[in-house]
Amino acid sequence: MATPKEMLTTWDKVQFGAVLPAFEDPEHKKRSKFHSYNYSVADWRVEKPVFNRELCIDCDFCWVSCPDSCFIVEEVVNKRGKKQAKIVGINYNLCKGCAVCVEVCPTPIKSLLMFPEYVDNDEALKQWPTKDNK
Amino acid sequence: MAERYELKQKEVWDGNMAAAHALRQAQVDVVAAYPITPSTPIVQNYAQFLADGYVDGEFIMVESEHSAMSACVGAAAAGGRVATATSSQGYALMVEVLYQASGMRLPIVMTVVNRALASPLNIHGDHSDLYLGRDAGWIHIIANNPQEAYDLTLCAFRIGEDERVRLPVTTNQDGFLVSHTAQVVEPLQDEEAYKFIGEYKALNPMLDTKNPVTYGAQTEEEWHFEHKANQHKALMESFPVIEEVFNEFEKVSGRKYNVVETYKLDDADIALVLMGSAYETAMLAVDKAREEGIKVGLLMPRVFRPFPYNEVAEKLKNVKAIAALDRSAPMGTTGALYNEVAGALAAKGQSAIMTNYIYGLGGRDTTVEHILEVIRETEKNAKAGKRVTDLQGFINLRGPKLSFN
Repeated sequence: MATPKEMLTTWDKVQFGAVLPAFEDPEHKKRSKFHSYNYSVADWRVEKPVFNRELCIDCDFCWVSCPDSCFIVEEVVNKRGKKQAKIVGINYNLCKGCAVCVEVCPTPIKSLLMFPEYVDNDEALKQWPTKDNK
Repeated sequence: MAERYELKQKEVWDGNMAAAHALRQAQVDVVAAYPITPSTPIVQNYAQFLADGYVDGEFIMVESEHSAMSACVGAAAAGGRVATATSSQGYALMVEVLYQASGMRLPIVMTVVNRALASPLNIHGDHSDLYLGRDAGWIHIIANNPQEAYDLTLCAFRIGEDERVRLPVTTNQDGFLVSHTAQVVEPLQDEEAYKFIGEYKALNPMLDTKNPVTYGAQTEEEWHFEHKANQHKALMESFPVIEEVFNEFEKVSGRKYNVVETYKLDDADIALVLMGSAYETAMLAVDKAREEGIKVGLLMPRVFRPFPYNEVAEKLKNVKAIAALDRSAPMGTTGALYNEVAGALAAKGQSAIMTNYIYGLGGRDTTVEHILEVIRETEKNAKAGKRVTDLQGFINLRGPKLSFN
């Protein structure tokens, strides 16, 4: 992917030591132009992870492991009245399809599985392995 | 807080002990090393200082030199003052990571004890490893004796950590000839030395959780060139800082170092260019040659990278003939020091009759007599006004005469 012309800085303005700054708040943090947040990698994807809410235990492993902060999280109150992060989906505009989330998912039947890009998510959920067939 | 190490005004140290004390006084946060002859005692002594409570820091034992330098890169990126030591094969194994350290602009200090590279295996001193790391983007400083190894290691921290530089630095000393030769060294006291080096200022530390950063970016054809140019500029423009640090060091120690060292060069007709312990041998040879009436002087780039080409050319502008002595197998061309000096002269439109000598490989003795022979041959060239000796000669090599033209 070619970098857009307006993002090409000159030798005297490049990041010192090629060190990339990070973000504090994913929504409001000021990031450099060439930070991965501003630099879409979604078109690298040939397979996509599909998220199965039914099986998810909200361990947040996928959220913490995702290199592109793809997981959409909602704040909910659990049974004991405590605040909890609930994984609700994947932002496919950020996901490059690296499958790290699938690797780290700890549920007996994975709550995240890779499917070809062209498979519809509802269709993918129908094809999900069951206990007898995992 | 680390214990204070009581030092006498004069200590008898070899080069390794001198370097180890310099690392101790710098209060390095992390040393990751894989000891290798002849630099083993640097790491060994340092570990002893740490175990005895003279250092507040971490010593990481690793499984290879590649891991040693990798751990150093990690620790420096995390925001610590970092140092290590190596030689020869270990240096060769580190090379890949040397480029990473300089590219990420991490001011790691490495005390290198120069040793030959195999094969055939050899543990003694020559500059093969120094030449191997030449283009790695590090600052390379040369020490000729234990005192210099100590002084320049202290300076190395200040040079590398200066915000105008922020580059890794090696201090080089010849294996065994310097590293294992005990001499009188006049050290600074701990407080004085630490005051000279100063507190470490971390830049973009990874452990700063308020400002998280990523080290080790990939840059392809659109970016790599710009980053490398930027890095090269830092190296090229480090001379004023190096000079500044050397001047500061003179104020605290009384010992003056220069980017280009010379000996009796002012009125010289011919000059020898060489670095390392042989420079001191050559000093004696120069004195003898001058008794014979040969006006000869010496020049040594104290800093091999960045190479002070302007200053070298300036200092050599009045000499008629120059012999550049390389302590590394040139393998297919003239020696690196010859090339650097020839290039420096050509850039200024100067010319001198230049010859190249290869000496001391694998710790082969180079005596005053040998250097005198070089001086006499160089004198012949100067007198003839053209090169009458061979372009490349070999000093103290057994067998039929070997030379190239």
